[in-house]
Amino acid sequence: MDWVLRNSGLVLELTREHLVLSLLPVLLGLVLAIPLGWLANRRSWGRTLTLNAAGFLYTLPSLALFVFLPPIIGTRILDPLNVIVALTVYVLALLVRTVADGLSAVPERIVDSATAMGFRPVRRFLAVELPIAVPVIVAGLRVAAVSSISLVTVGSVIGFGGLGKMFTEGFQREIPQQTVAGIVLVLLLALVVDALLVLAGRLLTPWERAQQPTAGRARPGARR
Amino acid sequence: MIEFRGVTKRFPDGTVAVDDLDLVAERGRITVFVGPSGCGKTTSLRMINRMVEPSAGRLEVDGRDVLSADPAELRRGIGYVIQQAGLFPHRTIVDNIATVPMLLGRGRRAARDRARELMETVGLDVSMAGRYPAQLSGGQQQRVGVARALAADPPVLLMDEPFSAVDPVVRESLQDELLRLQSELGKTIVFVTHDIDEAVKLGDRVAVFRVGGRLAQYDEPGVLLSRPVDDFVDTFVGRDRGYRGLGFLTSDTIPLGPLDMVSMGDPLPDDGWAVVLDGTGRPLGWVAAGDGPVTEDTVVPGGSLYPVGSGSLRGALDAALSSPSGQGVAVDAEGRVAGSVTADAVLAALPAARDDSAA
Ligand SMILES: Nc1ncnc2c1ncn2[C@@H]1O[C@H](COP(=O)(O)OP(=O)(O)OP(=O)(O)O)[C@@H](O)[C@H]1O
Ligand SMILES: [Mg+2]
Repeated sequence: MDWVLRNSGLVLELTREHLVLSLLPVLLGLVLAIPLGWLANRRSWGRTLTLNAAGFLYTLPSLALFVFLPPIIGTRILDPLNVIVALTVYVLALLVRTVADGLSAVPERIVDSATAMGFRPVRRFLAVELPIAVPVIVAGLRVAAVSSISLVTVGSVIGFGGLGKMFTEGFQREIPQQTVAGIVLVLLLALVVDALLVLAGRLLTPWERAQQPTAGRARPGARR
Repeated sequence: MIEFRGVTKRFPDGTVAVDDLDLVAERGRITVFVGPSGCGKTTSLRMINRMVEPSAGRLEVDGRDVLSADPAELRRGIGYVIQQAGLFPHRTIVDNIATVPMLLGRGRRAARDRARELMETVGLDVSMAGRYPAQLSGGQQQRVGVARALAADPPVLLMDEPFSAVDPVVRESLQDELLRLQSELGKTIVFVTHDIDEAVKLGDRVAVFRVGGRLAQYDEPGVLLSRPVDDFVDTFVGRDRGYRGLGFLTSDTIPLGPLDMVSMGDPLPDDGWAVVLDGTGRPLGWVAAGDGPVTEDTVVPGGSLYPVGSGSLRGALDAALSSPSGQGVAVDAEGRVAGSVTADAVLAALPAARDDSAA
């Protein structure tokens, strides 16, 4: 605690870096996962293709990704972009499946009645299918965000690991308080972000908490 | 008017769901498609709004070939109601109903005002406007489904087993409500059901399909019940068709008989039964012969009432059969007792009524 207060400037700077490095990929991954999840849900070849690719990417060790990305995407080895791209790939791999599952759980009957009312496909997707899939997507997003926040620390091996830098430095300079503070801060960050996502999910889905009818079934002729 | 001309639907797997269908659903009328499971009712219905594309033949809605229309535009002009309503769980009742007007680009305010109006029309309390579908009973959801289909005032309404998921009592009230609405709105309705009772109750004309997607018979309900074209239709229409057919024969000619009538406090009749009247001449029930005055305790509930002029033979016969005395109570338009009707009198009137309906 003492250590944190004495180095608050550094801690704040690292926290900010940690948030950008971990949450920007979550955002990018989500934006990419939505159209891919749509594709996976619409076409059977789309499903096979996207879900297998996602499964493959997800099994790659993150450290390897940090190291092998630069020659592939043409960045230098010490570039925060490497961390962002690597994590985006991770989040994307995770969320494509979630989005596809969420969309396929939207009852056929509802999609059908939307079509029958004259929705065109894009509007139907945005106004009906996606909103109904929100609870599933938010659940996946929580896993992705928490994973991303913890994975960022691995980036410290190439110099951009946000709060992860406190682990490595704490070790090298033999300041255990620094290492412990780093771990606690990463945990706190994960908890806060997770709580914010839960809150956002609740605000987006007021119908999920709608009460069942208390008045019982409709009585015949009970009008007015 | 909806016109099927030689319409066939063959699915890619080779299933022929609808086979060379020729049928006209008249404007402003309820046409019912009925038949056993898998006979192609839903497929026929969904070709009307192009949810399914015909493989052959021609299908016109109000003179326009459906295949020449833009599917989304076409569908906005055709109301569609399905089993369990298919409501959007994430939208409030009022926004569910406002869906099509919003798609058509009407303002949100106007669409919602219209939606509230429609809630009244279909018998829903406007205080439910802000609820979500999960907060409504099945019957209420079905009413929302009907309101949503009516919101943009489409001339055509397609209904696919809309009432089959609710219990019989609620179903009956929804059916009555639909008939009431239809008498005001005069839409061209195509209604799918597998329930022959629902078909003859709602349909101006009923199309009976057989498996393989072939039309077996297309007639008014009374004709269907009295003259099925073949054994398939006969069996499908069911065992009580003779009795149910009475519902389509009218009975202005049944002679009314006399009736013993008493009021509260009068002495009980010496023999037989008497109808107890209230102060305005409406029936309260029956009393059997006995000693002492007519009191609340001595009154036995009566059977169904037979409204003179508006009733069917079936109504008259039921009034007679359900009355404790064997005499049905006939009432006038104000509900006052007009006389009695017996089962014998109904049966005696039957041949004439048959001749009338055949003419
Ligand atoms: N998309 C499809 N692909 C292949 N066959 C289909 C398809 N949709 C329906 N069928 C077949 O077409 C036939 C008619 O189906 P349809 O849904 O029109 O029947 P239905 O009369 O509405 O039956 P139900 O009373 O059970 O709803 C059935 O044999 C069904 O299996
Ligand atoms: Mg069907």
